[in-house]
Amino acid sequence: MTELLLQTLVNGVYAASYMALIAVGFVLIFGVMGVINFAHGELYMAGAYAVVFVYAEQEFPFFVAVAAGAIFVGLIGLLMERALFRPLRDNPLGGLIVSIGFLLILQTLAVLGFGVRMEHIPPPTQQTLNVFGIEGVILPLQRLYVIVATVLLLGGLWAFLRRSKFGVALRACAQDPEAAALQGISINQAARTAMFIGAALAGVAGALTAPLVRTHPFMGHPVIITAFIIIIVGGIGSLEGAVVAAVLYAMVHTFVTTFFDGVIADIVGLLLMLLVLVIRPTGLFGIGDRA
Amino acid sequence: MPERGAAEGARAGARGPGARGPGTWLAGFGLLTAALIALPHFLSFSQQEIAVFLVINVLLVVSYRLLTLTGEWSLGHVVIMGVGGYASAIFSKALGVPVPLAMLAGATTAAAVAFLLAFPLFRMKGFYFLIGSFAAGEVIRLLWKRFRIPFGGPKGLKLIPSVPDLELGALTIDFFEPVSYYYLCLIVVSISVFILYRIERSRIGLTFHAVHWQDHLAESIGVSTWRYRTLAFVIASFFAGLSGALLAHYIGTVNPNRFDVGEMVFVLIWAIVGGTATIYGPILGVVVLTIINEVVLRQLGFDQMRPLFYGAILIASILFLPQGLESLVGKARAAWTGRGGSAG
Repeated sequence: MTELLLQTLVNGVYAASYMALIAVGFVLIFGVMGVINFAHGELYMAGAYAVVFVYAEQEFPFFVAVAAGAIFVGLIGLLMERALFRPLRDNPLGGLIVSIGFLLILQTLAVLGFGVRMEHIPPPTQQTLNVFGIEGVILPLQRLYVIVATVLLLGGLWAFLRRSKFGVALRACAQDPEAAALQGISINQAARTAMFIGAALAGVAGALTAPLVRTHPFMGHPVIITAFIIIIVGGIGSLEGAVVAAVLYAMVHTFVTTFFDGVIADIVGLLLMLLVLVIRPTGLFGIGDRA
Repeated sequence: MPERGAAEGARAGARGPGARGPGTWLAGFGLLTAALIALPHFLSFSQQEIAVFLVINVLLVVSYRLLTLTGEWSLGHVVIMGVGGYASAIFSKALGVPVPLAMLAGATTAAAVAFLLAFPLFRMKGFYFLIGSFAAGEVIRLLWKRFRIPFGGPKGLKLIPSVPDLELGALTIDFFEPVSYYYLCLIVVSISVFILYRIERSRIGLTFHAVHWQDHLAESIGVSTWRYRTLAFVIASFFAGLSGALLAHYIGTVNPNRFDVGEMVFVLIWAIVGGTATIYGPILGVVVLTIINEVVLRQLGFDQMRPLFYGAILIASILFLPQGLESLVGKARAAWTGRGGSAG
C-alpha cells in the first residue's frame, strides 16, 4: 500500500509538471492580453507534432526536436497575436471566439498533415529510476525530463518576470495596460512577448510529453479543460496560483484516477472548480477581477 | 389588446417613414411559408435529412439567443439540449410514455435542470459564468458517460422509439420519412420561435434587456436580476431541451459525444456569425453556415477541410463583420428604403 501511495505521488508530480507548463502559459496570455486563448490545447498539440516531425520522422535528436517545437509554437503564438488578438484588443469575447476559429484551423492542418490516426512515438529513453530507493516505485527517465524541464523553465520565467526590467514592464501591463502605456511601455511589445512565451511553454509541454502519450489532432481538448480548472482554482491572472493549483489538481486527479477511475477524477476536478467559482471566484491566489 | 397595439406601434416607429404596410409583410410571410413547405421536394434524400437537422438547430440557436439577451454567454447549452434528448428517450423507452408527451417531459426536465444549475451559476457573471456553465455541462456529460444505468455509458442510448404514425382518415403520415419529420419539426419550431419572439417583446423580454445593459439601475428599481437571469436560462433551456427531444426521436440514438463542447462551438459560431441583436440574426447564421458547410463545401469535395473553412469564416466574420450577418440585412433595408424614398 505504501508503495502504491508513493508511486501515485510520483505520478502526480509528473502530471503537475506538464500541467503547470500549460497553465502558466495560459495565465500569462490572459494576464497581459486579457484574452482567453481557447486554442491553447491546440498549441500543446502543435508542440507534440513538432516532435513527431523533427524527431520521429526526420530523426534529429530528441532535444533538438523539443527546442524546434518551442520556437515553432512560439511563432504560431506571434502570428495569433498579430493577426487575431491585436485587432480585437477591446473585445474580450471576440478574442475568445477567434481563438476557437483558430483552433479548428490548427486541428484541420494536423489532420491534413499527419492523418487522424494516433501516432505512437518511441521514447528516446526507456530507462527508469527507482525513487526513494524502493524497488516498486519507479520513475521513467522520460518523465524525469519533463519534471526537470518544468522546474528550469518556470524558474527562469519567474526570474525574468521579477528581475529583468522587461519582466517588470510585462507585469505592469498585466496590472493596468493604460497606466503602463503612459509610463512608456509598449503594449504591443508586451503582448508579443507574453504570447510567444505562453505559446512556447504549451509547445514544450506537448513536445516533452509526446512520447509518453498518444499523439493525435484532437489531443488538445482535455488539455484546455485542465487549463480552465487550474486557472480558476489558482485565481485568474496569478502565475504563482497557477503553479500551486496545477500541483493540487494533478495530485487530486492522479489519486482519484488510481483509486477510482478516470471519469470520476474528471468529475471531481470539475466540481472542485465549480466549488471555487461559487465560494471564492477570485481563486486561491487571485487578487482582482479582470474578467 | 392594448399591449399588442403598443408593440406594433413601436415596431412601425422603428421602421421609420420608409416602412412598407402590413400587406408587404403578409406577402413576405406567405412567400416564406410556401418556400419552406415546398423546400424538401427539391432536395435529395440526404439533403432532406440535413433540412431536418437545420430546423432543429434553428430552435437550438434561437433559444440560445434568449439567454444572451441577459448578457450571459453559456457554454452548456448543447448539454442542456442533450438533457432534453436523454430525458425524452428515457421517458419513452424505459417508462413507456407516449413520444409526444415524452418530448414535452424532456423539455421540462431540461428546464428543471437549468433551474437547479441557476443557483450556483448565477452567482457568477461574464467570463466566470462562461467557464462555470462549461464545467457544469461537462459534469452532466461525464455522468452520462460514467453511468451505464440509466444513461447507457459512452455508447449512449439506442433504439429510441420514433414518433408514431399519424392516421388522418385515409392518409397515414410516417414520421420515419425525413419529409414528414421535417414538417413536424417545422411546425413545432415555428410555434416555439413565435413564443420566444413574443416573450422578447413582452415586459419580461424588455426586463431581460435592462438586466443586460443596466443591471445596477434595474436592481435599484427593484428588479431582481438573479430572478430574471434564471427565468431566461430556464425558458431557453426548455426550448433547447425540446430541440434535443426532436433530435433524439429522429436519429433514434443519443450519446455523450453528440453533445460535447465541439457541438457547442458550432452554436456559438451560428449565433456570432449571424448576430444576436435580432431574432432573425441567429437563424440567418445557422441557415447560411449550414448551406455553406453541407452543400457548397461538400459538393466541392473538401470533406476533411471543412472545419478549416469554418474556422476561417468565424475569424473573418469577427474581424470584418462584427455586427453579424443581420447587420447586412439592416444595411440592405436602409439602401432599399433610401432608394424608395428618393423615387417617391
